[in-house]
Amino acid sequence: MTWRQTRWGAANLITVAWTLFPIWWLVALAFKDPATLADGSFWPRQWSWANFSGIFRGSAFVRPLINSIGIGLIATVISVVVATMAAYAIARLNFPGKRVLVGVSLLIAMFPQISLVSPLFNIERALGLFNTWPGLIIPYLAFSLPLAIYTLSAFFREVPWDLEKAAKVDGASQRQILTHVIAPLALPGIATTAILVFMFCWNEFLFAISLTSTDASMTAPAAMGFFTGVSQFTFPIGSIAAAAVVITIPIVILVMIFQRRIVAGLTSGAVKG
Amino acid sequence: MTRAQLGQAGLSHTEPTRVERRRLSAATRAERRFGWALCAPAVIVMAAVAFYPIGYALYLSLQRYDLRFPQLSHFVGLANYDAVLSSGIWWHAFVVTAVIMVVSVTIEFVLGMTFALLLNYTPLWRGLVRTSILLPYGIVTVAAAYSWQFAWTPGTGYLANQLPAGSAPLTSQWQAVGIIILAEIWKTTPFMTLLLLAGLTLVPGELLRAAKVDGATGWQRFTQIMLPLMKPAILVALLFRMLDAFRIFDNIFILTKGNNGTGSVSILGYDNLFTALNLGIGSAISVLILIAVAIIAVIFIVGFGAAAPGAAPERH
Repeated sequence: MTWRQTRWGAANLITVAWTLFPIWWLVALAFKDPATLADGSFWPRQWSWANFSGIFRGSAFVRPLINSIGIGLIATVISVVVATMAAYAIARLNFPGKRVLVGVSLLIAMFPQISLVSPLFNIERALGLFNTWPGLIIPYLAFSLPLAIYTLSAFFREVPWDLEKAAKVDGASQRQILTHVIAPLALPGIATTAILVFMFCWNEFLFAISLTSTDASMTAPAAMGFFTGVSQFTFPIGSIAAAAVVITIPIVILVMIFQRRIVAGLTSGAVKG
Repeated sequence: MTRAQLGQAGLSHTEPTRVERRRLSAATRAERRFGWALCAPAVIVMAAVAFYPIGYALYLSLQRYDLRFPQLSHFVGLANYDAVLSSGIWWHAFVVTAVIMVVSVTIEFVLGMTFALLLNYTPLWRGLVRTSILLPYGIVTVAAAYSWQFAWTPGTGYLANQLPAGSAPLTSQWQAVGIIILAEIWKTTPFMTLLLLAGLTLVPGELLRAAKVDGATGWQRFTQIMLPLMKPAILVALLFRMLDAFRIFDNIFILTKGNNGTGSVSILGYDNLFTALNLGIGSAISVLILIAVAIIAVIFIVGFGAAAPGAAPERH
């Protein structure tokens, strides 16, 4: 190894250690035997599955986990479909008002969520949406749509125009062009957008604790936020760490498989601007 | 959020001139109608969940509205704003929020720039480095916050045990704020990194090589070529991270619950809504947070010339 490589290697090592430290710490806690949880040791002295079997006994974590998966998937599907339509229009069609739409949806992305919590809390109670799946799915749609529309319209602009013209010459309608020509070409972009939207829904916390009150719709992060104090588990720290590891696993897998896509999705618009 | 893409999303068409507009063909009108129809669902959802509630929050903020006695609600004008703005609690939360925002975004900028350079230029282990830099972006904030909390809890925590005996950093105000900032930096640096990386890839390689041939040092190439060329990307990254940091909630809620004077304005709003059950005061705080965020955005867009949302696409 040359001196230059050694320096790059050292920088890489520090970076990897910095990002992995908190994740490893959760894993270590989750696998510690409940009796040794408070020993402060960086490596588990005695490995055990007890914390995991604890959270999967009862429904205090299982039910919120199901809610998280269900709400996340439904919101992702609807958001991606709605955003695909809007992004296609923004990238390909000429109509007045689209610049305003772009600006306004960005404004929403910048909204502090807390500003919407009090009105949504009241409105949802009046409409019977409070503490239901749709009661969370609808706000998640509104906050993920700007992200989805931007990512998708950036991808859509990469789809070759000529194919669309060729399809038009062959007599395809606008609708057929969208479903048969553009959509297949844009699938990688749609997949990337779906991952980003799902991560957003999976991570969301403020709405999840404000617009739910029971297991009926509380998501996993929200349930974890209230584990302490009201927990029915013997060792809240072990349970929380195990729950944190469980909700982290899908994200780690997604990031490892789709890392190139995610980087492209989050930077493409800026690069192509 | 793909914030770097702002104002650049698909504005490939130019608006029709007046002459063109006069002879709008049937095809053009059909295209317009189709465009509006495709955007309608997105517009309806965003309007229903964002704009209508904001109006409702404004209305609530002008009411005396206690959730325990909803029948006693009545209009009180600006009394709620007066109560909030004249209380030390609001200003304390405001200062804590501002400190967290400025310190974390500053450190993130340096760290994010380092990571972006590393991602772009490291000759070794690219995949591993990319994965690990990206990971915190995906990790649930609540999970990461618990990790930091347990690490800094005396006895249980690996990090707390490195401190002198008897110290409990999470119970002391400024040490706890420091840990909140640490958690915030860890979680959001990937976002900053990606926005900066987007700007970095726009710097032409030939320019850097030419400067190197001319004898410019690495530092000179960085400050005199890269930074100026990356300015638009840097401004967008700083603006969006500032707006995001100002609404910080999850990390504080898990790490300290806002105790010992560590609460942000979002925590204060939440407490007024769900602990004090005072919808009027809570809504006034919500509106004030929105105004503060708008002021930050205006300062950046007008003062520093950051690309405004929906503005004309910028050629770098």
